[in-house]
Amino acid sequence: MSRLDGPVPFRGGGFAPRDRAWAAVATLVGIVLLWQAGASAGLIPTLFLPAPISIARALWSLTVSGELWKNLSVSLMRLAVGWILGTVFGIALGLAVGLWSVMRSPGMAIVSALFPIPKIALVPLFIIWFGIGEGSKLATLAFGVFFPTVIATAGGVDNVPRGLIRMGQSFGLSHAAIIRKIVLPAALPAILSGFRVTVSIAIVLLVAAEMIGAERGIGAFVLSAGNLYDTDNLLAGIVVLSVLGLVVSWMIGRLERIFLKWRA
Amino acid sequence: MTDGLRLTVDGVGHAYGGLQVLRGISLTAEPGQVMVLVGPSGCGKSTLLGIMGGMLAPSEGMVRCAGDVPADCLNPLTYVFQDFSLLPWRTVAGNVALVLEDRLTRTDCSARVAEVLALTGLTDFAKAWPRQLSGGMRQRVGIARALAVHPACLLLDEPLSALDAQTRDLLLDEFSTLITQAGTTTIYVTHNLAEAVRLGHQIVVLSRRPGEVRDILRVDRPLAERTAADPDLVALEQRLWRMIRDDAAVAERERIDVEA
Repeated sequence: MSRLDGPVPFRGGGFAPRDRAWAAVATLVGIVLLWQAGASAGLIPTLFLPAPISIARALWSLTVSGELWKNLSVSLMRLAVGWILGTVFGIALGLAVGLWSVMRSPGMAIVSALFPIPKIALVPLFIIWFGIGEGSKLATLAFGVFFPTVIATAGGVDNVPRGLIRMGQSFGLSHAAIIRKIVLPAALPAILSGFRVTVSIAIVLLVAAEMIGAERGIGAFVLSAGNLYDTDNLLAGIVVLSVLGLVVSWMIGRLERIFLKWRA
Repeated sequence: MTDGLRLTVDGVGHAYGGLQVLRGISLTAEPGQVMVLVGPSGCGKSTLLGIMGGMLAPSEGMVRCAGDVPADCLNPLTYVFQDFSLLPWRTVAGNVALVLEDRLTRTDCSARVAEVLALTGLTDFAKAWPRQLSGGMRQRVGIARALAVHPACLLLDEPLSALDAQTRDLLLDEFSTLITQAGTTTIYVTHNLAEAVRLGHQIVVLSRRPGEVRDILRVDRPLAERTAADPDLVALEQRLWRMIRDDAAVAERERIDVEA
């Protein structure tokens, strides 16, 4: 038999990770510093992986010459138009699939059949259909964004608490009012989560489409720099894409804070 | 103030697939009075309420409603839910306004929201989110939302069962006052017999599944004069318990069998 004597030991706590912005910044800065130190010490061959300072110089040069904006503005336009097209049609079909039995099985059959196709493989087909110009690139982006948006929206509608819909019905709200005031707001968290995924997909497809058939755009710029073994500019382009991803992710975070402030 | 509707339940039965839950129910809820449905777990109280409110189509029989509905009534048969059913993305005032927005002008909507928030003691919480409220306050919002449409008949599905005992007692007093003031026909489902004797003019006792009307007790004392310590009401509560105790014990064993 053992004997206990003393304060009860605390065994709770933990399992509640919190965001620490300084840790995120410190991690990125630490990696860049280590990278620079490795390059300066000759441990990293700069011919294949340029030092951060060289990439920064290349970025500055591209900014001052206006070359960066020439490419970035075209990419941003493609990203915005392609993403919006895919999102609008995706939300529309997702709502239809989630709300109406007549659309559910046919809609999900189409999504299940077409979603797994690698969209990059469709770029040559889209070039045949829409030409080498903007049409094929926008179609690639929109197609890639469309399916995950359908799935996120339909899932969000499926998860709307049925009790809330019954409440709306019991108060005699119209079908349209129930969709507008109950279903859409309740599905919004899932739709916004879907945005995070679709924006990343859109950036990946943007670069792929621009690499296949474009004169301007960050993808075309990265491909051109690679062909010339200009690794400084190649990595400068990749940094721009990374920053683009961070900015878009931040914007979606802001949207969530605005539209989902009730969750707090 | 309205005389409310008369709801007549005529030979209602209901089955979920092969499971018969209600059989041969015939009742009349009198205008302006409170009918309380009690019975053991699973006897079909909430199903019967759903049928009476038009939210569920009965397998047999029908429910009729008759009576004058006031001109400003926006939803004659109005529910109050056990789980409150508040929209978490709307404030207290927004939840109440939900059922008025498309039917009233903005000015009239605001006026009616302010009126029912004052009636239910929620004026200071108009801008609060549901997550910031206690269970009792959330159910007050549910009541405010129901009263905002000036109903002719209120249907309450165990509205106090999700609350702690103290809050339940406090809200029971408020319910009694609000129901008296509103003067609507009220159908109230509960498994709590103390609530039944405090609120009911008619107490309908259902048997265990399939639920049938076992007895109907009438309580003539005005709601305003009823108290928890009233010996007559305590005696009635004990009588009710004796009526349903055996059924409740069997129903509980059946529930365990089903869950196992």
